[in-house]
Amino acid sequence: MTTEEVVVAITDIITTIAPDEDVTNLDRSERLRDQIDLDSMDFLDIVMELRKLYGVHVPEEDYKELATIDGCVAYLHPLLADKELHCAASA
Amino acid sequence: MVDLPRIVITGVGLTSPNGNDLAEYRRNLLAGKSGVRSYEIRHFGPTLAGVCDFDALRYQGRKELRRGTRAGSVAIWCANEALRDAGLDLDRYDRARVGVYPGVTEHGNVETESEIHNVSQHEFDLAFWSHHHNPRTVANSPAGEVVLNLGLRGPAYCLGGACAAGNLGLIHGAQMLQLGEVDLALGGGVSESIRTFGIFASFAAQGALARHADPTKASRPFDKGRNGIVVSEGGCLFALERLEDARARGARIWGELIGHCIGSDGTDFVLPDSAGQNACMRGALRSAGLQPEQVDVVSTHATSTLSGDEVEMRAIREVFGDADGVYVNNTKSTIGHAMGGAAALELAGNLPSFEDGLVHPTINLDDLDPECEVRNLVANEPREVGRIETILNMSFGMLGINSAVAVRRIDA
Repeated sequence: MTTEEVVVAITDIITTIAPDEDVTNLDRSERLRDQIDLDSMDFLDIVMELRKLYGVHVPEEDYKELATIDGCVAYLHPLLADKELHCAASA
Repeated sequence: MVDLPRIVITGVGLTSPNGNDLAEYRRNLLAGKSGVRSYEIRHFGPTLAGVCDFDALRYQGRKELRRGTRAGSVAIWCANEALRDAGLDLDRYDRARVGVYPGVTEHGNVETESEIHNVSQHEFDLAFWSHHHNPRTVANSPAGEVVLNLGLRGPAYCLGGACAAGNLGLIHGAQMLQLGEVDLALGGGVSESIRTFGIFASFAAQGALARHADPTKASRPFDKGRNGIVVSEGGCLFALERLEDARARGARIWGELIGHCIGSDGTDFVLPDSAGQNACMRGALRSAGLQPEQVDVVSTHATSTLSGDEVEMRAIREVFGDADGVYVNNTKSTIGHAMGGAAALELAGNLPSFEDGLVHPTINLDDLDPECEVRNLVANEPREVGRIETILNMSFGMLGINSAVAVRRIDA
């Protein structure tokens, strides 16, 4: 996956978890929780989807790395570089 | 004994396999229109069930729907509909003094089966077990989902009473109002049980799951050809208030709870007992200050099993046998067995009789089993009986739990 595809993967997962939220104009450097309604259970859903879709295991001490979209890209791109994007949208 | 406040039903919110509000449901009960259809569930295969089609998104967002349970969704629908039917504005209440009391037969099976299926796709690695499993399976979760949906702060928990649970939620809500614990109660029962394959498999293992080429004819209480239960989902919550509060705000009153009884057979895990049911009926009549002949409609529990229907009708003959003008009916013939929602739905289906003077029929009664014969059994067609004053609603369940609620009309 490219870094843009990682963004698509993350926003696609968020759309699944929070289907009533508008994810089209998210600021990549701002905390996700400050832009849309995501609580701690939703966050665990994101971690679970990463595990189910891509086999990526994010340890609890690394959860803070995923607070923003930029943070997700920085943390996940190395882990997802050799994986295929699994969702309807494409970069 | 202390004089307790009188309790009335001011709103009805329901979803049944044949209706999503009281008017539609009543119309279909009078017309004998069944809500049972062909149904299939993983591992068990093709069967029959009563399936509801209420629009869950009317009162829930998609995320809320995804986060919660089907029983919670049913409860949220019923709670919102009951408030709407009652013309109640929650802003006029201290939200810590609104109680939510849904009865449930079981809760947690659907979610647990789903999670086991989920991890089975990952070689039973429990790293894939959902963090949602605990909040979805705690016994209070349907009640809690209503609290979250309506922004309430009061007592909210489920009453576990097998197939009698719907009466328990109603009785308990009334009691909490009488004790002054709450000022408004949403009490009744809900069920999501058709989404667990285990319930179908267990009834089938007992030889108690209905089979019929025509799903609408499968639930046939009292008929010689009956062969078991049709499992349904659904629910009903009643808005309950103290009479003086209902009158003060000019509420329309569906009826007054004038008596009840909850008891146990004390004899068997699954087989019901006439003596226990007899005692429960007599207990409810005593509680209501009624003689048997003063009851106009006896709403039976009967689930279309060979033994259960016979046991109940024996008790009814013993208690009401000589009384003229006591009409007996059954709602499970039309909607199947809605488990935790059954008792509440069956009472609700009879409440409009105070207004229309009709008793809805038990359907699919082609060949009456003589062991189930009772005087004035309303079969296949509704009966116009004139003024109806009192309904006795019975509901029994496994482990021998028995419940009966007596409701009387209140004229304006």
